[in-house]
Amino acid sequence: MATQALRADYHGDRKDTEDKFHGAILVYINWDKHLFFYSAKAFPLDPNMPFAAVLEHVIGTHFCQHPEYKNINWDTVEWTLNNEPFTPVMEKSLAENGFDHKCLLRFKTAEASSFEAAGI
Amino acid sequence: MPAKKLNLKDKYRLLTRDLDWDFSYEDRKDAFPFEEFEGIKITDWDKWEDPFRLTMDAYWKYQAEKEKKLYAIYDAFSQNNGHLNVSDARYVNAIKIFLTAVSPGELAAHSGFAFTGRQMGGIGARIAAQMQSIDELRHIQTQIHAMSHYNKFFDGFDEFSHMHDRVWYISVVKSFFDDARSAGPFEFMVAVGFSFEYVLTNLLFVPFMSGAAYNGDMATVTFGFSAQSDEARHMTLGLEIIKFLLEQHEDNVPIVQKWIDKWLWRGYRILTVVAMMMDYMLPKKVMSWKEAWELYFEQAGGALFKDLERYGIKMPDYTDLIKAEKEHLSHQAWWTFYTNSQATAFHTWIPSDEELDWLSAKYPETFDKYYRPRWEMAKEMADKGERYYNEGLPQLCQTCQIPMIYTDVQNDPRDIVYRSTKYQGERFHFCSDQCQHIFENEPEKYVHAWLPVHQIFQGNCGGPGGLEKVMDYYKLDVGKANMDYVGSPDEERWKNWKGVA
Repeated sequence: MATQALRADYHGDRKDTEDKFHGAILVYINWDKHLFFYSAKAFPLDPNMPFAAVLEHVIGTHFCQHPEYKNINWDTVEWTLNNEPFTPVMEKSLAENGFDHKCLLRFKTAEASSFEAAGI
Repeated sequence: MPAKKLNLKDKYRLLTRDLDWDFSYEDRKDAFPFEEFEGIKITDWDKWEDPFRLTMDAYWKYQAEKEKKLYAIYDAFSQNNGHLNVSDARYVNAIKIFLTAVSPGELAAHSGFAFTGRQMGGIGARIAAQMQSIDELRHIQTQIHAMSHYNKFFDGFDEFSHMHDRVWYISVVKSFFDDARSAGPFEFMVAVGFSFEYVLTNLLFVPFMSGAAYNGDMATVTFGFSAQSDEARHMTLGLEIIKFLLEQHEDNVPIVQKWIDKWLWRGYRILTVVAMMMDYMLPKKVMSWKEAWELYFEQAGGALFKDLERYGIKMPDYTDLIKAEKEHLSHQAWWTFYTNSQATAFHTWIPSDEELDWLSAKYPETFDKYYRPRWEMAKEMADKGERYYNEGLPQLCQTCQIPMIYTDVQNDPRDIVYRSTKYQGERFHFCSDQCQHIFENEPEKYVHAWLPVHQIFQGNCGGPGGLEKVMDYYKLDVGKANMDYVGSPDEERWKNWKGVA
């Protein structure tokens, strides 16, 4: 049984299905080992948006407060999508890059590491 | 001729067990429709031992007496401007959290115990649950009255009931009680009666009440004393329900174990906010969260689980993880609220140098390595006039609804823990193995969780149009009731009253 309920046919209506986000998909983004940002951030994004635009307009505006952000060398960044190694194609859309609803994008940077020991 | 006075024993029998009746023309099962679906087997309700020998008439008498004393002290507190005696106005932010996040839980507990006080088949258990239900109603009322004096002088109290169903961090507590109240009567009793009231309550009430005493808050201290005899009754009821279920049938053991594992975890996750309150919000500290956890859980809880071993009940297998998390919990939580306090109903601040040293001394393994550097960075930014507020909204755990802030403390405390599972083709995210297991055990219960961040994106929190709309929807007075304590109207008034420049 999918829940312990009085009625055997009880079910919950899923609250966060893709159709409820007005054409967007939810994407969670985290900069690994940089707990200056206390958790991954959530964004409703147009799946037709090119990855390059996400980098510039989403990551670029939401992670830039970190004093080391400007030192990131984006050519050497390691990405994972849903915890699997991932190489984004900049000009392709999120959908073409394999992003789906409620996916988790994480990036690791080697250069921005002044606070590495503390994980900030 | 006056009626003959009953002796105590007869009176007790008549006013407790004798209130039940046999069903002669209706099926008993129709009268107690919730008693079997959870799989709990009750063979004989007569084996229930009343955890406290109290009849309803005596209950009213005791409670009325306590109320009289309590309100006399509240009046005196108010007439003497008791708020001026707190250690520092920063302290008041701890009780803002209490009123917005803890007190509504009392009301939820009231409703839950009213449910079990109707639905359990045994009269002894029903009466005990009914008394607790009335206690919980009394507690939210006395708490509101205790805080109402502060509400006249400080920001952040006035919309607590409106905020309860809306604000992102308050949803954590709401979801805990909604989860318990939508379970069957026995799971509710194990969730709130045992796991929360018996095992974890000392970690909620003792820190808040002794924190109040240390910091000169007589209103909250008095409330705490007045609730104490109620709490003692609640604890004995929590223990009795566990023993009763375990003695009734051996098939109950794995069910009860599963509930204990679930509810101690859910309760512990909520205590994150208490950890932060103890370590960061009390101007005069009582003890560290780590010390409180060791005293009230590792020692007291350890002894309890030793007693329960003979029933086949084991300490949950995640206690080593909690032991490791105690070094990190409060620091992660205060950082989260500090960097997000543009959306809280209380003020935050950077710990003073003296406080940083206290934290270093209390957390020698972790504070200087991981957390002091964050505060130094925050201070540097604030000194430059660039006080750091986090942009955007966090990813939340589907089960506990807390932002995904918890890190892999047993391996690398710099890495956030990510767990996820797919159900009906949709991906769900969790902060821990425990929250994932709770979901996987009953996915239909959690797929319709009202996650504040997702609700905002769907346009259900004030409509589309950015975070300003959301703050209106919360009725949060941005810049007045939240953000930095330093420079706030609260601080300005406090300085005026105290004659400090």
